[in-house]
Amino acid sequence: MTDTAQPPQAGHSYLKSLIRQYGGIFLSLVVLCVVFSLTNDRFLSVANFTNILQQVAVIAITAFGMTWVILLGEIDLSVGSIIAVAGMVGAQVIGLGWGFAPALTLTLAAGALLGLFNGVLTAKLLLPSFIVTVATMSIYRGLVSLPTGGAPEMNMDPTWIAIGANSFLGVPIIIWIVAVLFVVNHVLLAHTTFGRKTYLTGGNREAALYSGINVNAIKIKIFMISGLMAAISGILLSSRLYSAQTNAGLSYELDAIAAAVLGGTSLSGGVGTMVGTLIGALIIGVLNNGMNMLSVPYFYQLIVKGLVILVAVYLDVRSKQRQG
Amino acid sequence: MAENDDVILHLTGVRKTFGPIVALKNMNLTVRAGRVHTILGENGAGKSTLMKILAGVQLPTEGEIRLGGEDYYPRTPQEAAARGLAIVFQELSLCNNLSVAANILATREPSRMGFISERKLLARARALIEELGLPVDVNARVADLSIAQRQLVEIAKGLSHDGRVVIFDEPTSSLSDSEAEILFDIIGRLKAQGKAIIYISHRMEEIMRLSDDITVVRDGEYVTTVKKEETTIEELIALMVGRRMEEIYPPRLGPAPDPAMPPVLKVEGLTRPGAFRDASFELRPGEILGFFGLIGAGRSEVMGALFGMLAAEGRVEIDGKPVTIRSAAEAIAHGIGFVTENRKEQGLVLLHSLRQNISMAALPRYSAKGFLRARAERETAHAEVDRLAIRTGSIETVTGTLSGGNQQKVVLAKWLATKPRILILDEPTRGVDVGAKFEIYRIIRQLAAEGTAILLVSSELPEVLGLSDRVVIMSEGRMREAAARDTLTPERVMTFATGQF
Repeated sequence: MTDTAQPPQAGHSYLKSLIRQYGGIFLSLVVLCVVFSLTNDRFLSVANFTNILQQVAVIAITAFGMTWVILLGEIDLSVGSIIAVAGMVGAQVIGLGWGFAPALTLTLAAGALLGLFNGVLTAKLLLPSFIVTVATMSIYRGLVSLPTGGAPEMNMDPTWIAIGANSFLGVPIIIWIVAVLFVVNHVLLAHTTFGRKTYLTGGNREAALYSGINVNAIKIKIFMISGLMAAISGILLSSRLYSAQTNAGLSYELDAIAAAVLGGTSLSGGVGTMVGTLIGALIIGVLNNGMNMLSVPYFYQLIVKGLVILVAVYLDVRSKQRQG
Repeated sequence: MAENDDVILHLTGVRKTFGPIVALKNMNLTVRAGRVHTILGENGAGKSTLMKILAGVQLPTEGEIRLGGEDYYPRTPQEAAARGLAIVFQELSLCNNLSVAANILATREPSRMGFISERKLLARARALIEELGLPVDVNARVADLSIAQRQLVEIAKGLSHDGRVVIFDEPTSSLSDSEAEILFDIIGRLKAQGKAIIYISHRMEEIMRLSDDITVVRDGEYVTTVKKEETTIEELIALMVGRRMEEIYPPRLGPAPDPAMPPVLKVEGLTRPGAFRDASFELRPGEILGFFGLIGAGRSEVMGALFGMLAAEGRVEIDGKPVTIRSAAEAIAHGIGFVTENRKEQGLVLLHSLRQNISMAALPRYSAKGFLRARAERETAHAEVDRLAIRTGSIETVTGTLSGGNQQKVVLAKWLATKPRILILDEPTRGVDVGAKFEIYRIIRQLAAEGTAILLVSSELPEVLGLSDRVVIMSEGRMREAAARDTLTPERVMTFATGQF
């Protein structure tokens, strides 16, 4: 099913390798949940978990895109800015009175286009993606304010708002979207040649090149995926906020990277899965939610979040080393 | 015990385990001053573990080690160096972004109050390079050097520690013969200075030439120590692999291809300015065409151009039709496979499974509307693992954990999975132990017998002469000679290769 260095096989060994692969990180998630349910009796409820999933949606979807990029051994720091651009593009198109569908299409196109720009600069000009996306992070963040001069855009379409507010079959639409995108990204990564080429290119770019893989095309497509995922996150965020904020998604790239890395994605490329990233995003979501319920001041939350990431990644790296 | 006066390093019953895994079972070794002591064993026999123990990287689990009559259990490489051990590593432990001088004197830079004296650094490095007689500029950045030159820098770095015991770990694996000569001179001088030398290599000819004593290890265990004069290559190989090898180079299976047969590949006037000029040759199905030359002769570049990785001008015909190949994907589509010279960099994704490596050049074969055909991929991986006798627990094993010989077979498997009609083999047995070498030779023979046309590039002359039907000799980017194997002698080949004709 998954497709890292040690993919699970059938039956007993399948379960074993699942534990081997995700055991450490899953344990961290369970421990966090146990700690929070002992310290707060409202934590362990269906309502709260639905809430957590909704809160984590934006990070999770951004992190799915980030996982692709990190698998290539690259990084995309511009996703937080793309989230804001997406909200603003949507709001502006709605403001023109074109309706929901064109707004949605153009927003997604904008995300893919900004990703394309990152990808082309990285692949064709051979610039490090870290530098390219530090620059575009700033450029895209500036673009957000062009239509309104820095003010938020409150003009929203009812369908747009409904995405963040309504439910389908008793489950919020946001959660459905996360679920669908998880499945799509997972299948694309684990079961298609495109996914395999991504692993190979990230694992050893030169060997991939000699094996007839068009590594530049892969790179450009992956930055487009990252931009697209960020744009979807931007739609969800603006929908939940009933507005397009110019500072929306600020520093979300860090949460997305943290989610992917917590989930076992190697920053040097070639190793990682969408399952891991989803668990990583949940850890971040549970942490935010639990500490909010305990009314932990925001600055303490930042400190705790950083420490948890360090400890979880350390434990994961160590357990993998020990397994050889 | 007067006999033991000149013993510098003495190991008895050394054992190293990692949890349940036994890396070194029982190692004995006696190294004497002024002698070259070769340690011979297949990859995975425990040589690397032994070197790590001596270098202070790992501590032995059991056993006695004495250096100069005192206990020797170094805990760090610094301690090993301080006790008089100098090591020349096999694979490059250099910082590519720094200068040659900075690398040679790394961690021992002449400095005052933490500031490095650039002038003294250069002077000291230059003195060392000149003393050793190495053709390397101390100001050059390592990244700008060829692999062979980097290996020479590695040698200088190792020898910059003034050691009583000098260890050379496969120093010639990336050197051409002329550079190897420089190394052999250096070893001769060290020996004359009374140093004890531990030498590790897979090249039997050079082992017979350099060694005084030879210790054979097999499966982590000491087998025996022999004097050079009292043994033969055949005996050493038999000791090493634990069985007798009938012949080093298996004979061709069936008759050589008919020269009247139309060539599958025809190259005319292929030129890449600065790399090679006017390469012209023909290749028939079932033929093995050897490419010999010293490092830098342009052989690998010709292959890179054929495979679409390097731009070049000239005419290339496949099955009589002119083709233009601009990428690896096009080359593969034309039925060309390329076992590259450097398996770690260009060949394998070491942290992925065998299965993923074996299928990587043939992904279109395992694709149905973009989805991976997982079963077909697994079946091919199993089939190639069986056919090439790759020793692995499973096709899901991480490729980087295999021995060098088995990794090389995975590279072969990867290209065989593309079902090539023309197979380029660039240094197919580099850094591979003798046992795996024979197996690879047998595979090459088998492929040729099945009609695969093979271009064999090698810096090992015996290998080229042992396998090829015809040989192309290159020097300085030009083809000097193309002749049938039986008209060539090693001396004749070297004459062309060194441009002395």
